[in-house]
Amino acid sequence: MLSTALIVLPIAGALVVAVLPLTKTATAGLSFLIALGEVALWIVTASRFDFNSSQLQFSTSHEWVQSLGISYTVGFYGFSIWLVGATVVCSAAAIGYALWVGRDRPRAYHALMLGLTGAVVSTFVAQDLLLFYASFEAMLIPLYVLIGVWGGAKRNVATLTFVVYTMAGSLLMLAAVVAFGVTQGTFDLAQAGTSDNVWIFLGFAVAFAIKAPLFPFHGWLPITYREAPVEVAAVLSGIVSKTAVYGFLRIAIPKFPDPVHDLTGLILVLGGAGLVYGSVLAFRTSDLRGIVAYSSMAQMGLITLGLFSVNDYGLDGAVLQSVNHALITTSMFLLVGMVERRCGTGELGHLGGMARGRPVLATVLMVAGMITLAVPGSATFAGEFLIMTGVYGKGWGYAVIVALGVVLAAMYALRLISAVLHVRTGSAVRDEALDLRVGELALVVPMVACLLVLSAWPALVTESSFGGDKGSQVLTQRFR
Amino acid sequence: MIQTPNVDWFALAPELSLLAAGAIALIAAVAVPVWMRRAVAATFVFAGFVTAAVFAGYEFSRTPAPQAELADTMYRDRLAAFAAVLLAVTGAVVVFVSWAERHRDNHGEYFALLAAAGAGMIFFVSAGSLLTLFLGLEWFSIALYILVAIDTERATSLEAGLKYLIVGGFGSAVLLFGSALVYGATGELSFDAIAKAGAEGDVFFVAGLAMILAGLMFKVSAAPFHMWTPDVYQGAPTSVTAFMAAATKTAAFVLTLRVLVTAFPGESDIWTIAVAVVAVISLAWGNLAALAQSDVKRLLAYSSISQAGFMLIAVETDTARGGQALLYYLVVYSAMSVGAFAVVAARERELGRPVTLEGLGGFGWERPLYGTAMWVFMLGFAGFPLTGGLFAKFFVFSAAYDAGDWWLVLIGVAATAISLAYYLNVVRWMYMRTGPLPTPGAAVAVGGAPPREYALGLAVWAAIVVTIGSFFVVQPILDLASDAIASLTF
Repeated sequence: MLSTALIVLPIAGALVVAVLPLTKTATAGLSFLIALGEVALWIVTASRFDFNSSQLQFSTSHEWVQSLGISYTVGFYGFSIWLVGATVVCSAAAIGYALWVGRDRPRAYHALMLGLTGAVVSTFVAQDLLLFYASFEAMLIPLYVLIGVWGGAKRNVATLTFVVYTMAGSLLMLAAVVAFGVTQGTFDLAQAGTSDNVWIFLGFAVAFAIKAPLFPFHGWLPITYREAPVEVAAVLSGIVSKTAVYGFLRIAIPKFPDPVHDLTGLILVLGGAGLVYGSVLAFRTSDLRGIVAYSSMAQMGLITLGLFSVNDYGLDGAVLQSVNHALITTSMFLLVGMVERRCGTGELGHLGGMARGRPVLATVLMVAGMITLAVPGSATFAGEFLIMTGVYGKGWGYAVIVALGVVLAAMYALRLISAVLHVRTGSAVRDEALDLRVGELALVVPMVACLLVLSAWPALVTESSFGGDKGSQVLTQRFR
Repeated sequence: MIQTPNVDWFALAPELSLLAAGAIALIAAVAVPVWMRRAVAATFVFAGFVTAAVFAGYEFSRTPAPQAELADTMYRDRLAAFAAVLLAVTGAVVVFVSWAERHRDNHGEYFALLAAAGAGMIFFVSAGSLLTLFLGLEWFSIALYILVAIDTERATSLEAGLKYLIVGGFGSAVLLFGSALVYGATGELSFDAIAKAGAEGDVFFVAGLAMILAGLMFKVSAAPFHMWTPDVYQGAPTSVTAFMAAATKTAAFVLTLRVLVTAFPGESDIWTIAVAVVAVISLAWGNLAALAQSDVKRLLAYSSISQAGFMLIAVETDTARGGQALLYYLVVYSAMSVGAFAVVAARERELGRPVTLEGLGGFGWERPLYGTAMWVFMLGFAGFPLTGGLFAKFFVFSAAYDAGDWWLVLIGVAATAISLAYYLNVVRWMYMRTGPLPTPGAAVAVGGAPPREYALGLAVWAAIVVTIGSFFVVQPILDLASDAIASLTF
C-alpha cells in the first residue's frame, strides 16, 4: 500500500492543484504542502522498512494484462528506498523554489511538477517491465511542457533536442521491452529469466545512457539544462537521471549477464571518457549552469563505472553517489538560480566578489562546493572512494581515471566558487543584491544537512542498499 | 417458385434500427417545423445508434459460435458484433459532435445520411460473400459521398465530395473487378466456399485477390492508395471527417481482416507480404507528409494514414494475436480521432475559418478542457503512457515480434519517433507561443465569448474517457477482442 500511496499522492495532488481555482500563492503553497506530505510519507515508509532484508518490501501486485503477463507490481528494495528518498526531497525543494520565485500559470506548472514527481517515484518502484517503461516515458510529458513553456529564450530548440534524444532512446527501449517480454512470456521482473541477446540489451542500455546522460549520448544536455527553468534543471539532473541508474541496477545488468560480460569493457571506457570529458567541459565552460550541467554528466559517468564494476564496493558506491549527486546537484542548481536572480546572468565573466557583505551565501555555496569536489570526509568522497575501489577490480587504469576525475572535480568546483564569491566585483553584481533570504535557506539548507549527515555516516546508505546481502549477489543471483 | 432464404431478423436488428432512425429523420426534414428539425432528427438518430449498439452487444453475448446467415451471404458472429458496437458508439458520439454545426438548413438529411452510413458499415463488417461485401461498401460509401459534400455553400466541401466520389468510385471498380476475377477462378462468391475451392496459385485468383486488397486499401486510406484522404478530410465538414476517420477505418479494417483470413488462407504467404509492404509505405509516407502540413485537418489526415500503417502490421501477422491487437487499436484509435476532430471543430467555430497550426496559438490556455483533450489525443496517437495508445502500439509490436517480423517492429518504432515531431508540434502551438507574435488579428477569435457547446464538450469527454480508460482497463477490452477474433480461423 505504501508504495502505491507514494505514487498516487503526488498524482492526485497534481489533479487537485490543476482543478482548484486558487490564487497564485495559494496554489503554489498547496503544491509545496503536498510535496512535503510526500516527504513525510517517505519517512514513514523508510522507518517501517526492514533494511536487513534484501527481499522486495511493501509490494503490491494487481493484474493488468493477464494474457501477456503484464501486471502492476510495485515494491521497494533498499536502494529504491534511497533513490525515492532523494526524489521526494529534491522535488520538494524544487517545488519550494517555484513557490519562492512565483512561477506564472501556477496551476499548470505545479500540476506538472507533482505529476513528474509521481512518475519518477513510479519508475523507482516498478517491478514490472511495462510499468517501468510507462513510468519512464511518462516523465517526458511534464518535462516537455515545463521546459517548453517556462524555459528560457531558446526553449524551442531545447525541447526539440531533448525530445528527439530521449524519445529515440525510449522507443529503442520499447522495442527491447517487446522483444524481451514476448520471449520471456512475462513482463514481471521477478519471474522473467535472463536473456543473452545483445541487441535487446543494447536497446535498454542506450535508452538509459541517453537518460543519464552518458558520453557520447549527452548532446541534449547543455542546451536543455541551460534553457530549462532552474528548478526543472535541478530535477532533471538530480533525480530524472537516476532512473537510468535504477534501470541498470534492476534490468540491464541482472537480466543480460552475457552481453554485460562482453560489453563491460566498452561501457567502462565510455563511462571513464564521460567522467574526464564532462569534467574538462565543466572546467572550460563560461557559465554557472554549464558547470553544474557538465559536472552532472561527469558524475553519471562515474556512477556508471561503479555500476558496471558489478562488485560490492562498486554497487554500494554507485547507490551512495546517486543519492549524493541528487542532493548536491539540486542544491547547486538552486543556488545558481538564486545567483542568477540577483545578477540577471550566469556568465562567469560578469560575476564575482559576491562574498563581500553576503556571508550566508558565501558559506552555503562554499559548503556545497566543497561537497561537490569530494573533499575527504564528505559523502561524495565516500562514494567516489567506493567506486574507485570497485572499479579497481576491473583494472587499475579505471581507478586512475576516477582519481583524475576527482582532481578535475576540484578544479571546476573551485573555479565556480571563486568566480562567484571572490576575485573582483563583477559587472553584474550590484551592491543592492541581497544575501540569501530565509526562504531560500530553508530550501537549500535541509539538502546540505542531509549531505552532512551522509558525510558523517555514509554507511547509512551503503550498508542498507542491498539488505543483508552483498550487492553483487543480489544483482547476479536474486534479480536473475 | 423462388426459394427465399430464411431471414434471421435478429442478426439484422442493428442495421434495421438505424435505417428506421434514418427514415424518421428524413420524414422530420419535411414534416417537422424548422425550429425543431435538428432536435428531432438528432434525437432519433442518436437513439438509433444507441439501439443498434444495444442490439449488437446482445448479439455478441448470444452468438458464441459463428453462424452463416441469408444463404451464406453474411455472418452472424462476435467479430461483426464487436465492430458493430464500436461503429454504433462512434456514430452516437458523432451525433454530439454534429449537433453544434448550427449553420445548416439540411439537418434532417444530414442525420438521416449519418444513420444510413452507420447501417451500411454495420452490414459491411458482417459480409460473408463478395456480393454483400460490394453491396455494403457502396451503401456506406454513397452515404459518405453526399455527407462530405453536404455543406453546399462551401466550395471546398463540394470539391472534396467530388474527389471522394471519383477516387472512391475507382476503388470500388477495382474491387468489383477483383471480385469478378475471383468468381471466375473459383465459381464461388461466399468466403468459405472460395477458401475451399482450391484455386491457389491460379493467376486470375491471385490477381483478383490483389485487386480486392487494393480496393479495401482505398477505404482504410493506406498509402499508396491514400490520395483522396487529405483533400477529403480537409474539405468535408469536420463532424463528417470525425465519423469517416474513425468509422470507415474500423469497418474497412475489420472486413479486410475477415476477407483475407476467411477467403484467402491458402494465399497467406502472398498477402502477408503485400500487406507488410503497404504498411511500410503508409508509415513512411503518412509520417513524412504530415511533417509538412500546416492545416490541422490535413495533418490529422496524414496521421490517420500512418496509423493505418500500424494497424496493417497487425493484419500482416495473420495470427489471432494480431487480430486482437487490431481490434484494441481500433477502439483506441476511434476514440482519439473522433476526439481530435471534435476539438478542431470547436476551434473552427471560434475562428470562423479552417484551423491552421498558427490558428491553434494559445488555444490550450484559452480553453483548458479542449487543450488538455487535444494534448491527450496527440500523445495517444504517438503511443505515450496514460493513454490506450501505448498499449495499442505495444500489442501490435508484440504480435509482430511474436510472428517473427522483428524488422516491422523496428520500422514501427522509427515511424513512431518521426510521428512525435508533428504530434508534439500541435501541443507546442497550443501552449508555447514563441518568437514574434502572429500578425495582428491572424489568430484571434471572431469576437465575443466563445460559444458554449455542451454537446461537443460531452463528445470530447467521452473520447477522453475511452482514450485514458483503455490504458487502465486493458484486459476486459482484450478479452472481448479475443472472443471476437475467435470467430475467425487462423
